[in-house]
Amino acid sequence: MTTVKDVCRGVRSKNAGPFWVTFDLFFKDREKFDRYAHHPALGPATFERLFGTDPALVKSFPVESLNMVKISCVRPTPSGSREERDLHSGQMFVSLLDVALD
Amino acid sequence: MTRKFDDKVVILVPTGSLGAGAREEELEYGIAQGAQVIATDAGSTDSGAAYLALGMSKNNRGSVKRDLTLMMKAASKANIPIVVGTSGQAGGDLNLDWTRDIAVEVANELGLRPKIALLYSELSKETVKRKNAEGRIRPLAPMGALDEATIDSCDHIVAAMGPEPYIAALEAGADIVLGGRTTDTAVICCYALMKGAPKGPSWHAGKIGECGGQSTLKKVDASGLLLRIDAEGFEVEPLNQINTATPESVSGHMLYENSDPFRLYEPGGVLEVSKSHYEQVNPRVVRVTGSEWEEQPYTMKIEGAASGQFQTVMLIGIRDPIVLNDLDTFNTKMTKTLYDRVNSVIGEAAGNFHISLRLYGWNGVSGEKVPDGTPPPREIAVLFVATADTQDMANQIAKACNPKFFHMYMPNHDEMPSYGFAFTPADIPRGPLYEFKLNHVVECDDPMELVRTVWLDLGLEEAA
Repeated sequence: MTTVKDVCRGVRSKNAGPFWVTFDLFFKDREKFDRYAHHPALGPATFERLFGTDPALVKSFPVESLNMVKISCVRPTPSGSREERDLHSGQMFVSLLDVALD
Repeated sequence: MTRKFDDKVVILVPTGSLGAGAREEELEYGIAQGAQVIATDAGSTDSGAAYLALGMSKNNRGSVKRDLTLMMKAASKANIPIVVGTSGQAGGDLNLDWTRDIAVEVANELGLRPKIALLYSELSKETVKRKNAEGRIRPLAPMGALDEATIDSCDHIVAAMGPEPYIAALEAGADIVLGGRTTDTAVICCYALMKGAPKGPSWHAGKIGECGGQSTLKKVDASGLLLRIDAEGFEVEPLNQINTATPESVSGHMLYENSDPFRLYEPGGVLEVSKSHYEQVNPRVVRVTGSEWEEQPYTMKIEGAASGQFQTVMLIGIRDPIVLNDLDTFNTKMTKTLYDRVNSVIGEAAGNFHISLRLYGWNGVSGEKVPDGTPPPREIAVLFVATADTQDMANQIAKACNPKFFHMYMPNHDEMPSYGFAFTPADIPRGPLYEFKLNHVVECDDPMELVRTVWLDLGLEEAA
Protein backbone atom coordinates (compact mmCIF):
# COMPACT_ATOMS: atom_id res chain seq x y z
CA MET A 1 0.00 0.00 0.00
CA THR A 2 1.30 3.44 -0.94
CA THR A 3 0.54 6.29 1.45
CA VAL A 4 0.98 10.06 1.31
CA LYS A 5 4.15 9.90 3.39
CA ASP A 6 5.69 7.42 0.91
CA VAL A 7 5.35 9.77 -2.07
CA CYS A 8 5.97 13.16 -0.42
CA ARG A 9 9.26 14.67 0.74
CA GLY A 10 7.33 17.04 2.98
CA VAL A 11 3.77 17.68 4.14
CA ARG A 12 2.72 20.70 6.23
CA SER A 13 -0.41 22.41 7.48
CA LYS A 14 -1.05 25.96 8.64
CA ASN A 15 -3.96 28.25 9.31
CA ALA A 16 -4.90 30.60 6.47
CA GLY A 17 -6.83 33.15 8.48
CA PRO A 18 -9.03 32.14 11.43
CA PHE A 19 -11.48 30.07 9.39
CA TRP A 20 -9.36 28.12 6.88
CA VAL A 21 -6.53 25.61 7.03
CA THR A 22 -4.19 24.89 4.16
CA PHE A 23 -2.17 21.73 3.51
CA ASP A 24 0.96 21.70 1.34
CA LEU A 25 2.03 18.32 -0.07
CA PHE A 26 5.47 18.38 -1.70
CA PHE A 27 5.95 15.28 -3.85
CA LYS A 28 9.33 13.60 -4.10
CA ASP A 29 9.57 14.09 -7.88
CA ARG A 30 7.68 14.97 -11.03
CA GLU A 31 6.52 11.43 -11.67
CA LYS A 32 4.85 11.25 -8.26
CA PHE A 33 3.33 14.70 -8.75
CA ASP A 34 1.84 13.62 -12.10
CA ARG A 35 0.51 10.41 -10.60
CA TYR A 36 -0.92 11.65 -7.30
CA ALA A 37 -1.57 15.42 -7.36
CA HIS A 38 -5.08 14.88 -8.73
CA HIS A 39 -5.68 11.55 -6.97
CA PRO A 40 -9.25 11.03 -5.69
CA ALA A 41 -7.87 9.97 -2.30
CA LEU A 42 -6.73 13.58 -1.90
CA GLY A 43 -10.21 14.83 -2.78
CA PRO A 44 -12.97 16.46 -0.73
CA ALA A 45 -14.35 13.17 0.67
CA THR A 46 -11.08 12.41 2.45
CA PHE A 47 -10.98 15.86 4.05
CA GLU A 48 -14.59 15.51 5.12
CA ARG A 49 -13.81 12.10 6.69
CA LEU A 50 -10.63 13.23 8.46
CA PHE A 51 -11.64 16.70 9.62
CA GLY A 52 -15.41 16.94 9.33
CA THR A 53 -15.03 19.84 6.90
CA ASP A 54 -17.61 20.88 4.27
CA PRO A 55 -16.56 18.96 1.12
CA ALA A 56 -18.06 21.65 -1.13
CA LEU A 57 -15.44 24.11 0.14
CA VAL A 58 -12.34 21.91 -0.30
CA LYS A 59 -10.07 23.58 -2.87
CA SER A 60 -7.13 21.90 -4.55
CA PHE A 61 -4.32 23.74 -6.40
CA PRO A 62 -1.62 21.67 -8.08
CA VAL A 63 1.58 23.74 -8.48
CA GLU A 64 3.52 22.06 -11.25
CA SER A 65 6.66 24.17 -10.92
CA LEU A 66 7.14 22.99 -7.33
CA ASN A 67 5.85 19.40 -7.76
CA MET A 68 3.34 20.12 -5.02
CA VAL A 69 -0.37 20.37 -4.41
CA LYS A 70 -1.98 22.83 -2.02
CA ILE A 71 -5.31 21.78 -0.55
CA SER A 72 -7.34 24.26 1.50
CA CYS A 73 -10.47 23.62 3.54
CA VAL A 74 -12.59 25.24 6.22
CA ARG A 75 -11.46 24.54 9.77
CA PRO A 76 -13.82 22.21 11.65
CA THR A 77 -14.17 24.98 14.28
CA PRO A 78 -12.88 28.58 14.09
CA SER A 79 -9.57 29.24 15.83
CA GLY A 80 -9.76 29.52 19.60
CA SER A 81 -13.14 27.87 20.11
CA ARG A 82 -14.11 25.80 23.16
CA GLU A 83 -12.36 22.58 22.18
CA GLU A 84 -9.35 24.12 20.43
CA ARG A 85 -6.33 21.82 20.43
CA ASP A 86 -4.19 23.31 17.65
CA LEU A 87 -4.66 27.06 17.28
CA HIS A 88 -2.41 27.44 14.22
CA SER A 89 -3.47 24.09 12.66
CA GLY A 90 0.24 23.31 12.38
CA GLN A 91 -0.21 19.67 13.49
CA MET A 92 -3.17 18.71 11.33
CA PHE A 93 -0.95 17.46 8.49
CA VAL A 94 -0.17 14.31 10.47
CA SER A 95 -3.68 12.99 9.77
CA LEU A 96 -2.86 13.03 6.05
CA LEU A 97 0.40 11.06 6.22
CA ASP A 98 -1.21 7.62 6.31
CA VAL A 99 -3.90 8.27 3.70
CA ALA A 100 -3.77 5.34 1.26
CA LEU A 101 -3.23 6.28 -2.39
CA ASP A 102 -2.99 2.87 -4.10
CA MET B 1 0.03 58.38 -15.32
CA THR B 2 1.69 56.23 -17.97
CA ARG B 3 5.26 57.45 -17.50
CA LYS B 4 7.55 54.43 -17.60
CA PHE B 5 9.12 53.59 -14.29
CA ASP B 6 12.88 53.67 -14.93
CA ASP B 7 14.06 53.73 -11.36
CA LYS B 8 14.67 51.09 -8.72
CA VAL B 9 13.07 51.01 -5.29
CA VAL B 10 14.96 49.30 -2.47
CA ILE B 11 12.93 48.14 0.53
CA LEU B 12 14.50 46.89 3.74
CA VAL B 13 12.36 44.42 5.72
CA PRO B 14 14.23 44.04 9.02
CA THR B 15 12.09 41.30 10.55
CA GLY B 16 9.01 39.20 9.84
CA SER B 17 7.15 40.87 12.68
CA LEU B 18 8.05 43.87 14.80
CA GLY B 19 9.47 42.53 18.04
CA ALA B 20 10.62 39.19 16.60
CA GLY B 21 14.22 40.41 16.60
CA ALA B 22 15.70 42.83 14.06
CA ARG B 23 19.51 42.81 13.78
CA GLU B 24 21.77 45.84 13.73
CA GLU B 25 24.25 44.36 11.23
CA GLU B 26 21.43 43.45 8.84
CA LEU B 27 20.02 46.98 8.99
CA GLU B 28 23.51 48.38 8.31
CA TYR B 29 23.93 46.12 5.28
CA GLY B 30 20.54 47.00 3.85
CA ILE B 31 21.15 50.71 4.22
CA ALA B 32 24.60 50.40 2.64
CA GLN B 33 22.79 48.76 -0.31
CA GLY B 34 20.68 51.87 -0.75
CA ALA B 35 17.48 51.02 1.11
CA GLN B 36 14.93 53.83 0.75
CA VAL B 37 12.47 52.66 3.39
CA ILE B 38 12.32 50.30 6.36
CA ALA B 39 9.04 48.38 6.28
CA THR B 40 7.66 45.75 8.61
CA ASP B 41 4.46 44.11 9.61
CA ALA B 42 3.72 43.83 13.34
CA GLY B 43 0.93 41.32 13.65
CA SER B 44 -1.64 38.96 12.19
CA THR B 45 -4.78 37.04 13.10
CA ASP B 46 -2.84 33.76 13.32
CA SER B 47 -2.47 33.72 17.08
CA GLY B 48 -6.17 34.09 17.71
CA ALA B 49 -8.76 36.71 18.52
CA ALA B 50 -7.60 37.56 22.05
CA TYR B 51 -5.20 40.29 20.89
CA LEU B 52 -7.89 42.20 19.02
CA ALA B 53 -10.59 41.60 21.64
CA LEU B 54 -8.30 42.85 24.41
CA GLY B 55 -6.31 45.46 22.45
CA MET B 56 -3.20 43.67 23.69
CA SER B 57 0.13 42.89 22.04
CA LYS B 58 1.40 39.33 21.67
CA ASN B 59 5.02 40.43 21.82
CA ASN B 60 6.38 41.84 25.06
CA ARG B 61 7.02 45.57 25.28
CA GLY B 62 10.80 45.18 25.56
CA SER B 63 11.05 43.21 22.31
CA VAL B 64 9.07 45.80 20.37
CA LYS B 65 11.05 48.64 21.92
CA ARG B 66 14.33 46.94 21.05
CA ASP B 67 13.36 46.51 17.37
CA LEU B 68 11.97 50.04 17.11
CA THR B 69 15.17 51.40 18.65
CA LEU B 70 17.37 49.62 16.07
CA MET B 71 15.09 50.68 13.20
CA MET B 72 14.74 54.31 14.31
CA LYS B 73 18.51 54.68 14.82
CA ALA B 74 19.24 53.27 11.37
CA ALA B 75 16.46 55.19 9.60
CA SER B 76 17.39 58.48 11.21
CA LYS B 77 21.05 58.09 10.25
CA ALA B 78 20.12 57.27 6.64
CA ASN B 79 17.28 59.81 6.58
CA ILE B 80 14.71 57.29 5.28
CA PRO B 81 11.18 56.60 6.54
CA ILE B 82 9.83 53.69 8.57
CA VAL B 83 6.44 52.08 7.94
CA VAL B 84 4.87 49.59 10.37
CA GLY B 85 1.62 47.72 9.66
CA THR B 86 -0.85 46.02 12.03
CA SER B 87 0.71 47.62 15.09
CA GLY B 88 0.51 45.77 18.38
CA GLN B 89 -0.47 42.38 16.84
CA ALA B 90 -4.12 43.15 15.99
CA GLY B 91 -4.02 46.72 14.69
CA GLY B 92 -6.93 47.99 16.79
CA ASP B 93 -6.82 51.53 18.19
CA LEU B 94 -5.52 50.31 21.57
CA ASN B 95 -2.84 48.20 19.88
CA LEU B 96 -1.73 51.19 17.82
CA ASP B 97 -1.66 53.56 20.81
CA TRP B 98 0.50 51.06 22.70
CA THR B 99 2.99 51.02 19.82
CA ARG B 100 2.85 54.83 19.47
CA ASP B 101 3.84 55.27 23.13
CA ILE B 102 6.85 52.99 22.66
CA ALA B 103 7.95 54.89 19.53
CA VAL B 104 7.70 58.22 21.36
CA GLU B 105 9.70 56.82 24.27
CA VAL B 106 12.41 55.58 21.89
CA ALA B 107 12.52 58.93 20.09
CA ASN B 108 13.01 60.74 23.40
CA GLU B 109 15.75 58.35 24.47
CA LEU B 110 17.57 58.71 21.15
CA GLY B 111 17.07 62.47 20.98
CA LEU B 112 15.11 62.18 17.72
CA ARG B 113 12.19 64.42 16.67
CA PRO B 114 10.35 62.44 13.98
CA LYS B 115 7.08 63.40 12.38
CA ILE B 116 4.85 60.40 13.14
CA ALA B 117 1.64 59.54 11.27
CA LEU B 118 -0.81 57.24 13.04
CA LEU B 119 -3.28 55.42 10.79
CA TYR B 120 -6.34 54.19 12.66
CA SER B 121 -8.68 51.69 11.00
CA GLU B 122 -10.80 50.48 13.89
CA LEU B 123 -14.51 50.77 13.02
CA SER B 124 -17.35 51.71 15.33
CA LYS B 125 -20.31 49.34 15.45
CA GLU B 126 -22.43 52.18 14.05
CA THR B 127 -20.19 52.43 10.98
CA VAL B 128 -20.33 48.69 10.39
CA LYS B 129 -24.11 48.64 10.82
CA ARG B 130 -24.51 51.56 8.40
CA LYS B 131 -22.35 49.87 5.77
CA ASN B 132 -24.23 46.62 6.31
CA ALA B 133 -27.60 48.37 5.95
CA GLU B 134 -26.35 49.90 2.69
CA GLY B 135 -25.67 46.38 1.41
CA ARG B 136 -21.96 47.12 1.17
CA ILE B 137 -20.67 44.28 3.37
CA ARG B 138 -20.23 40.89 1.75
CA PRO B 139 -19.43 37.57 3.46
CA LEU B 140 -16.41 35.46 2.58
CA ALA B 141 -16.76 31.66 2.85
CA PRO B 142 -17.61 29.99 5.18
CA MET B 143 -19.56 32.91 6.68
CA GLY B 144 -23.06 34.05 5.79
CA ALA B 145 -24.66 37.49 5.65
CA LEU B 146 -23.86 39.75 8.58
CA ASP B 147 -26.54 40.50 11.19
CA GLU B 148 -26.63 43.24 13.81
CA ALA B 149 -26.39 40.79 16.73
CA THR B 150 -23.04 39.57 15.43
CA ILE B 151 -21.79 43.15 15.06
CA ASP B 152 -22.96 43.93 18.61
CA SER B 153 -21.19 40.84 19.97
CA CYS B 154 -17.74 42.13 18.88
CA ASP B 155 -15.44 43.86 21.36
CA HIS B 156 -13.40 45.48 18.57
CA ILE B 157 -13.73 45.61 14.77
CA VAL B 158 -10.93 46.62 12.38
CA ALA B 159 -10.64 47.04 8.62
CA ALA B 160 -7.43 45.93 6.89
CA MET B 161 -5.90 48.92 5.09
CA GLY B 162 -4.24 48.90 1.70
CA PRO B 163 -1.20 51.00 0.79
CA GLU B 164 -3.03 54.28 0.09
CA PRO B 165 -3.13 55.70 3.65
CA TYR B 166 0.61 54.98 3.98
CA ILE B 167 1.33 56.69 0.68
CA ALA B 168 -0.67 59.75 1.74
CA ALA B 169 1.22 59.93 5.04
CA LEU B 170 4.63 59.53 3.38
CA GLU B 171 3.78 62.17 0.78
CA ALA B 172 2.79 64.51 3.61
CA GLY B 173 6.26 64.12 5.07
CA ALA B 174 5.96 61.39 7.70
CA ASP B 175 9.25 60.05 9.06
CA ILE B 176 7.46 57.17 10.76
CA VAL B 177 4.07 55.72 9.81
CA LEU B 178 2.48 53.45 12.40
CA GLY B 179 -0.59 51.72 11.01
CA GLY B 180 -3.52 49.90 12.51
CA ARG B 181 -4.73 46.72 10.80
CA THR B 182 -3.19 46.51 7.35
CA THR B 183 -2.67 43.68 4.90
CA ASP B 184 0.84 42.30 5.42
CA THR B 185 1.55 42.87 1.74
CA ALA B 186 0.41 46.50 1.59
CA VAL B 187 2.75 47.82 4.25
CA ILE B 188 5.78 46.25 2.57
CA CYS B 189 4.95 47.51 -0.94
CA CYS B 190 3.45 50.96 -0.19
CA TYR B 191 6.69 52.88 -0.74
CA ALA B 192 7.29 51.23 -4.13
CA LEU B 193 3.74 52.01 -5.27
CA MET B 194 4.20 55.63 -4.14
CA LYS B 195 7.31 55.86 -6.33
CA GLY B 196 5.35 54.56 -9.33
CA ALA B 197 6.86 51.07 -9.46
CA PRO B 198 4.72 48.59 -11.43
CA LYS B 199 1.92 47.07 -9.39
CA GLY B 200 2.40 43.37 -10.14
CA PRO B 201 6.04 43.19 -9.03
CA SER B 202 5.43 45.61 -6.12
CA TRP B 203 2.56 43.61 -4.63
CA HIS B 204 4.36 40.32 -5.24
CA ALA B 205 7.48 41.67 -3.53
CA GLY B 206 5.23 42.71 -0.66
CA LYS B 207 3.93 39.17 -0.26
CA ILE B 208 7.40 37.62 -0.46
CA GLY B 209 8.73 40.12 2.07
CA GLU B 210 5.93 40.03 4.61
CA CYS B 211 7.57 37.38 6.80
CA GLY B 212 11.08 38.85 6.51
CA GLY B 213 13.73 36.22 5.85
CA GLN B 214 11.29 33.32 5.87
CA SER B 215 11.27 33.23 2.07
CA THR B 216 15.02 32.48 2.06
CA LEU B 217 17.11 29.45 2.99
CA LYS B 218 18.28 30.04 6.52
CA LYS B 219 21.66 28.37 6.92
CA VAL B 220 22.18 30.61 9.93
CA ASP B 221 19.60 32.28 12.12
CA ALA B 222 18.68 35.63 10.59
CA SER B 223 15.80 38.05 10.33
CA GLY B 224 15.48 40.28 7.32
CA LEU B 225 15.22 40.72 3.61
CA LEU B 226 16.07 43.26 0.94
CA LEU B 227 13.67 43.80 -1.99
CA ARG B 228 14.68 45.69 -5.15
CA ILE B 229 11.78 46.57 -7.44
CA ASP B 230 12.27 47.83 -10.99
CA ALA B 231 10.23 48.28 -14.17
CA GLU B 232 10.21 44.57 -15.07
CA GLY B 233 10.27 42.69 -11.79
CA PHE B 234 11.92 42.45 -8.40
CA GLU B 235 14.87 40.85 -6.65
CA VAL B 236 14.97 39.13 -3.28
CA GLU B 237 18.13 39.05 -1.18
CA PRO B 238 18.53 37.92 2.43
CA LEU B 239 20.14 40.59 4.60
CA ASN B 240 22.37 37.96 6.20
CA GLN B 241 25.43 37.37 4.02
CA ILE B 242 25.59 33.61 4.55
CA ASN B 243 21.94 32.90 3.72
CA THR B 244 20.60 32.54 0.20
CA ALA B 245 17.37 32.97 -1.73
CA THR B 246 16.47 30.24 -4.24
CA PRO B 247 13.62 30.04 -6.77
CA GLU B 248 12.05 27.32 -4.58
CA SER B 249 12.35 29.30 -1.34
CA VAL B 250 10.88 32.43 -2.92
CA SER B 251 8.09 30.84 -4.96
CA GLY B 252 7.29 28.54 -2.04
CA HIS B 253 6.48 31.52 0.13
CA MET B 254 3.39 32.27 -1.97
CA LEU B 255 2.05 29.04 -0.46
CA TYR B 256 2.51 30.09 3.13
CA GLU B 257 -0.64 30.83 5.17
CA ASN B 258 -2.45 31.41 1.91
CA SER B 259 -5.36 29.31 0.72
CA ASP B 260 -4.68 29.95 -3.00
CA PRO B 261 -1.07 29.76 -4.26
CA PHE B 262 -1.67 31.86 -7.37
CA ARG B 263 -4.10 34.60 -6.43
CA LEU B 264 -3.95 36.92 -3.44
CA TYR B 265 -6.95 39.21 -2.84
CA GLU B 266 -5.95 42.66 -1.66
CA PRO B 267 -7.72 46.02 -1.27
CA GLY B 268 -8.47 47.23 -4.80
CA GLY B 269 -7.24 44.22 -6.71
CA VAL B 270 -5.80 40.73 -6.99
CA LEU B 271 -2.14 39.74 -7.20
CA GLU B 272 -1.87 37.00 -9.83
CA VAL B 273 1.39 35.02 -9.93
CA SER B 274 0.59 32.01 -12.11
CA LYS B 275 2.83 33.44 -14.86
CA SER B 276 5.62 34.55 -12.54
CA HIS B 277 9.11 33.39 -13.37
CA TYR B 278 11.76 32.85 -10.69
CA GLU B 279 15.43 33.01 -11.67
CA GLN B 280 18.65 32.64 -9.69
CA VAL B 281 20.71 35.70 -10.67
CA ASN B 282 23.59 35.06 -8.31
CA PRO B 283 24.13 32.58 -5.48
CA ARG B 284 22.21 34.72 -2.99
CA VAL B 285 19.65 36.59 -5.09
CA VAL B 286 16.48 35.56 -6.93
CA ARG B 287 14.78 37.68 -9.59
CA VAL B 288 11.02 37.45 -10.16
CA THR B 289 9.27 38.63 -13.32
CA GLY B 290 5.83 38.23 -14.85
CA SER B 291 3.74 39.02 -11.75
CA GLU B 292 0.42 40.69 -12.54
CA TRP B 293 -2.07 42.91 -10.77
CA GLU B 294 -5.76 42.92 -11.66
CA GLU B 295 -7.67 46.03 -10.60
CA GLN B 296 -10.97 45.41 -8.79
CA PRO B 297 -13.47 47.62 -6.95
CA TYR B 298 -11.97 48.77 -3.66
CA THR B 299 -12.82 46.59 -0.67
CA MET B 300 -11.31 46.15 2.78
CA LYS B 301 -11.46 42.95 4.81
CA ILE B 302 -12.99 43.43 8.24
CA GLU B 303 -12.18 41.45 11.37
CA GLY B 304 -14.14 41.45 14.60
CA ALA B 305 -13.22 39.75 17.86
CA ALA B 306 -15.43 38.82 20.77
CA SER B 307 -15.01 37.17 24.12
CA GLY B 308 -17.23 34.24 25.00
CA GLN B 309 -17.58 31.67 27.79
CA PHE B 310 -14.93 31.22 30.48
CA GLN B 311 -12.52 28.38 31.15
CA THR B 312 -10.69 26.89 34.12
CA VAL B 313 -7.95 24.29 33.68
CA MET B 314 -6.17 21.67 35.79
CA LEU B 315 -3.20 19.48 34.87
CA ILE B 316 -2.14 16.06 36.13
CA GLY B 317 0.68 13.73 35.09
CA ILE B 318 0.24 9.94 35.11
CA ARG B 319 2.89 7.16 35.07
CA ASP B 320 0.73 4.42 36.63
CA PRO B 321 0.77 1.41 34.22
CA ILE B 322 -2.77 0.43 35.22
CA VAL B 323 -3.98 3.68 33.66
CA LEU B 324 -1.52 3.75 30.76
CA ASN B 325 -2.44 0.21 29.69
CA ASP B 326 -6.08 1.19 29.15
CA LEU B 327 -6.24 4.88 28.31
CA ASP B 328 -9.49 4.71 26.35
CA THR B 329 -11.29 3.29 29.39
CA PHE B 330 -9.64 5.91 31.59
CA ASN B 331 -10.76 8.73 29.28
CA THR B 332 -14.35 7.49 29.00
CA LYS B 333 -14.69 6.73 32.70
CA MET B 334 -13.09 10.00 33.84
CA THR B 335 -15.26 12.10 31.54
CA LYS B 336 -18.44 10.41 32.79
CA THR B 337 -17.31 10.62 36.43
CA LEU B 338 -16.64 14.36 36.14
CA TYR B 339 -19.96 15.15 34.43
CA ASP B 340 -21.81 13.08 37.07
CA ARG B 341 -19.94 14.90 39.82
CA VAL B 342 -20.89 18.36 38.48
CA ASN B 343 -24.50 17.35 37.95
CA SER B 344 -24.80 15.98 41.50
CA VAL B 345 -22.85 18.70 43.32
CA ILE B 346 -23.76 21.85 41.35
CA GLY B 347 -26.79 20.69 39.35
CA GLU B 348 -28.81 23.14 37.27
CA ALA B 349 -26.77 26.10 38.46
CA ALA B 350 -23.82 24.88 36.36
CA GLY B 351 -25.75 26.10 33.31
CA ASN B 352 -24.35 25.54 29.83
CA PHE B 353 -21.08 23.92 30.87
CA HIS B 354 -18.61 21.64 29.09
CA ILE B 355 -15.70 19.50 30.24
CA SER B 356 -12.99 18.17 27.98
CA LEU B 357 -9.95 16.06 28.79
CA ARG B 358 -6.88 16.16 26.59
CA LEU B 359 -4.51 13.21 27.07
CA TYR B 360 -1.14 14.64 26.01
CA GLY B 361 1.28 11.85 25.19
CA TRP B 362 -1.62 9.81 23.79
CA ASN B 363 -4.04 11.80 21.61
CA GLY B 364 -4.12 15.22 23.25
CA VAL B 365 -3.43 17.22 20.09
CA SER B 366 -5.65 15.39 17.60
CA GLY B 367 -8.41 14.12 19.89
CA GLU B 368 -8.67 11.20 17.42
CA LYS B 369 -9.11 7.57 18.42
CA VAL B 370 -5.71 5.87 18.71
CA PRO B 371 -5.42 2.70 16.56
CA ASP B 372 -5.90 -0.58 18.42
CA GLY B 373 -2.63 -2.26 19.32
CA THR B 374 -0.74 1.01 19.86
CA PRO B 375 1.76 0.41 22.70
CA PRO B 376 1.12 2.37 25.91
CA PRO B 377 3.15 5.55 26.41
CA ARG B 378 5.63 5.92 29.32
CA GLU B 379 3.65 8.77 30.80
CA ILE B 380 0.90 11.22 29.89
CA ALA B 381 -0.35 14.62 30.98
CA VAL B 382 -4.08 15.11 31.28
CA LEU B 383 -5.35 18.62 30.78
CA PHE B 384 -8.79 19.25 32.26
CA VAL B 385 -10.69 22.10 30.63
CA ALA B 386 -14.00 23.28 32.09
CA THR B 387 -16.01 25.86 30.10
CA ALA B 388 -18.94 27.76 31.64
CA ASP B 389 -20.87 31.02 31.38
CA THR B 390 -18.87 32.80 34.09
CA GLN B 391 -15.34 32.52 35.40
CA ASP B 392 -16.70 31.80 38.85
CA MET B 393 -18.79 28.89 37.59
CA ALA B 394 -15.84 27.45 35.61
CA ASN B 395 -13.79 27.66 38.82
CA GLN B 396 -16.55 26.01 40.87
CA ILE B 397 -16.80 23.19 38.33
CA ALA B 398 -13.05 22.57 38.48
CA LYS B 399 -13.08 22.57 42.29
CA ALA B 400 -16.02 20.16 42.34
CA CYS B 401 -14.15 17.85 39.96
CA ASN B 402 -10.83 18.06 41.79
CA PRO B 403 -11.18 15.01 44.12
CA LYS B 404 -12.30 12.72 41.28
CA PHE B 405 -9.72 14.05 38.81
CA PHE B 406 -7.07 13.43 41.48
CA HIS B 407 -8.12 9.96 42.71
CA MET B 408 -10.37 8.16 40.19
CA TYR B 409 -10.07 4.35 40.47
CA MET B 410 -9.51 2.16 37.43
CA PRO B 411 -10.99 -1.41 37.58
CA ASN B 412 -7.58 -2.93 38.50
CA HIS B 413 -6.74 -0.47 41.28
CA ASP B 414 -6.67 -2.13 44.73
CA GLU B 415 -5.69 1.09 46.43
CA MET B 416 -6.78 4.64 45.81
CA PRO B 417 -4.54 6.20 43.15
CA SER B 418 -3.25 9.78 43.42
CA TYR B 419 -2.34 11.37 40.11
CA GLY B 420 0.41 13.96 39.82
CA PHE B 421 -0.86 17.52 40.11
CA ALA B 422 1.59 20.06 38.73
CA PHE B 423 0.43 23.09 40.72
CA THR B 424 -1.23 24.28 43.89
CA PRO B 425 -3.89 25.53 43.82
CA ALA B 426 -4.73 22.90 41.25
CA ASP B 427 -7.32 24.91 39.36
CA ILE B 428 -6.15 27.76 37.11
CA PRO B 429 -8.72 30.33 35.94
CA ARG B 430 -7.85 30.80 32.26
CA GLY B 431 -10.18 33.65 31.35
CA PRO B 432 -12.64 33.91 28.46
CA LEU B 433 -12.61 32.28 25.06
CA TYR B 434 -11.88 34.71 22.23
CA GLU B 435 -13.20 34.16 18.75
CA PHE B 436 -13.26 35.99 15.43
CA LYS B 437 -16.84 36.74 14.46
CA LEU B 438 -16.38 38.36 11.06
CA ASN B 439 -14.95 37.16 7.77
CA HIS B 440 -16.37 39.80 5.46
CA VAL B 441 -15.32 42.58 3.12
CA VAL B 442 -16.64 46.13 3.09
CA GLU B 443 -16.92 48.11 -0.14
CA CYS B 444 -15.38 51.58 0.09
CA ASP B 445 -15.93 54.73 -1.95
CA ASP B 446 -12.34 55.66 -1.36
CA PRO B 447 -9.31 53.94 0.28
CA MET B 448 -9.30 56.67 2.96
CA GLU B 449 -13.02 56.46 3.76
CA LEU B 450 -12.63 54.26 6.84
CA VAL B 451 -9.18 55.49 7.90
CA ARG B 452 -8.36 58.24 10.40
CA THR B 453 -4.88 59.79 10.20
CA VAL B 454 -3.51 61.48 13.33
CA TRP B 455 -0.23 63.40 13.26
CA LEU B 456 2.28 63.48 16.07
CA ASP B 457 5.10 65.86 15.13
CA LEU B 458 7.70 65.55 17.90
CA GLY B 459 9.72 68.40 16.33
CA LEU B 460 6.74 70.76 16.63
CA GLU B 461 6.09 69.66 20.19
CA GLU B 462 9.62 70.64 21.11
CA ALA B 463 9.29 74.01 19.34
CA ALA B 464 6.06 74.66 21.25
